[in-house]
Amino acid sequence: MSVPVDTQISDSPALGPLLEEMQTLGEQGSTGPLLSLRQHAGEAFRRLGFPTTRLEEWRFTDVSRVANTRFLPDPRPPELAAERLAPFLYAGCRNVVLLNGRVVSELSDLDISDAPGLTVRSLAEALEEPAVAERIGSLLPPDQHPFVALNTALFRDGVYLEVEAGARLEEPLHLVFLGETPDGQATVSYPRNLFVLGERSECTVIETYASLDDGESLTCPVTEVLAGASSVCKHFKVQKESLAANHLASFQVRLDRATNFSSHAITHGGALVRNDVGALLDGEGAVCTLNGLYVVAGEQQVDNHMRVEHKKPHTYSHELFKGILDGNAKTVFNGRIYVHREAQKTDAKQSNRNLLLSDQAIAHSNPQLEIFADDVRCTHGSTTGHLEEEAVFYLRSRGIDEAAATSLLTYAFASEFVDLVEVEALRRDLQNFLFSRLTGGDIVRQAV
Amino acid sequence: MLKIENLKASVEGQEILRGLSLEVKAGEVHAIMGPNGSGKSTLAQVLAGREDYEIDAGSVTYDGEDLLELAPEERAQKGVFLAFQYPVEIPGVSNTYFLKAALNSIRKARGEQELDAMEFLKLVREKVKVVDLDESLMKRPVNDGFSGGEKKRNEIFHMAVLEPRLAILDETDSGLDIDALKTVAAGVNSLRTDGRAFLVITHYQRLLEYIVPDVVHVMVDGRIVQSGGKELALELESKGYGWLESKAGAA
Repeated sequence: MSVPVDTQISDSPALGPLLEEMQTLGEQGSTGPLLSLRQHAGEAFRRLGFPTTRLEEWRFTDVSRVANTRFLPDPRPPELAAERLAPFLYAGCRNVVLLNGRVVSELSDLDISDAPGLTVRSLAEALEEPAVAERIGSLLPPDQHPFVALNTALFRDGVYLEVEAGARLEEPLHLVFLGETPDGQATVSYPRNLFVLGERSECTVIETYASLDDGESLTCPVTEVLAGASSVCKHFKVQKESLAANHLASFQVRLDRATNFSSHAITHGGALVRNDVGALLDGEGAVCTLNGLYVVAGEQQVDNHMRVEHKKPHTYSHELFKGILDGNAKTVFNGRIYVHREAQKTDAKQSNRNLLLSDQAIAHSNPQLEIFADDVRCTHGSTTGHLEEEAVFYLRSRGIDEAAATSLLTYAFASEFVDLVEVEALRRDLQNFLFSRLTGGDIVRQAV
Repeated sequence: MLKIENLKASVEGQEILRGLSLEVKAGEVHAIMGPNGSGKSTLAQVLAGREDYEIDAGSVTYDGEDLLELAPEERAQKGVFLAFQYPVEIPGVSNTYFLKAALNSIRKARGEQELDAMEFLKLVREKVKVVDLDESLMKRPVNDGFSGGEKKRNEIFHMAVLEPRLAILDETDSGLDIDALKTVAAGVNSLRTDGRAFLVITHYQRLLEYIVPDVVHVMVDGRIVQSGGKELALELESKGYGWLESKAGAA
């Protein structure tokens, strides 16, 4: 596949420091198979360049503001005062804290001797084991996607999670990725995460991305999840970075036989956010749920590009993505479902619903079904519209003013997703965000 | 209490109310009957303040005030209540809390003390008996997953809690079996007082066996063409609307 590289973009201010860093990392950093993977990734990124809107996959995602900014990695060692972390924590979780993509050991619960069968480590350390290093890139090879390539070439650290066969992680594991821009320098980080979930294991993992200041930043995370047979994993992702943050994330999970994997992605931060999410249903009876809620306003853009691949028979996928758009916000939902010839009895459901609170907001919604098996059930639905005038009238006729009525109905729209967030502290955090965002928030707070 | 004079209203250029006049005094129950498309529901929606309708002529005075000047929530705060023909489902918002928010915004607008959770709960316990509503429906989201009958009873329950001065019931009987109809009617009857007026809109006479009106109006083609006592409803039941429709045509 030949990919056109826009010369203007490849001369972009962002590229110089990136190439320099690749050189440095190549010289001093990795060894063995990881070194060759990084070199391969670096070459891939040089070849792919920053994507332009001429590429079908990037038609609605204009990354030129990223390409035109000189982002530098944070040169400081990862240290953070505990009180600055406190506002981002949820009660009852084990935490791993990262500052600009590197684990802050002092604030992380890495000593987990009380939880048999569980390994939580800094990825940089875990990579010393060849078995870990070999798995990096096994689900997301670096030569397909420019930001996976970039991450693979340049990541410094991230989280390695391993849950042994039959082990159960009682408390949710909360990975807190904080961004900071020292001296106002536009800062880039490439967190890299690998979760290896043994057969019949159970765990809940929350990834939170947040900013400590309002400086310009680029977060380019990659997370790979190898979910063993009959494992149960509940994954949550909260993107609440500052409005000057850019976030270009890739996520891939492989589900084995009878695996039950669910993900709930909440996005309300960032200037430009893109989640490329892939699920490979690679064992019979695998069940995959991918839900999302995005709440955007002003000039924000949030894209969710989903790719669900049914490879084996009797596999089930459900996707529910809801969006609330105000101001000039723009969102993209791209939902690809690919059913292999062998994957008979596939049951795939996909739904994308967007609520527009302004006339200027734009929601793109593109379901894409590619089905090569003949005995399957695949349904998709997409709606985009304003609040129903009749519903607003119903509330007003009961004495509730228009702003509060609009807020109540907007909350009601989101509630289908909110109710699915099983981790209570996270659900409350989401509710509080919604109350703060809705103009009649106080009345909504009373009413739910 | 309510005086409607020569009211003309249209939606998207189509005239629906064509010079309607009606006067309702406190303590009275007025029934408005009429064939489909005669404008009954439009009248209900216009009185409650639906903004889709264009008021072309006429006036509506409520307690001496120009009702048409008021926003829907202001009408509710002044004691107007519409029981919807098709109550709206609001997932994620609990019936109890929604109603508490509604009652407190009405009380606040009237300069009354807002009720706290305990006081409100006491009120709910008392009012829920009026319509024999299952208490579990109080905790559920507003109308979400309610059966048709439960939705209608929930409307009467809202009415019982909000204690309006003018209650408009828009085809509250439609879709109800006889037991549910009796329950709803009993709820309405228990709320009849000297200070409260009802406008009961219905297609069938059946409801009026249980909510006995003081006056029955027949609406055809956007106007009231005949008014009379409760016996008019029975006459309509046996003769249909045809004879009044031709009368309206002649006028």
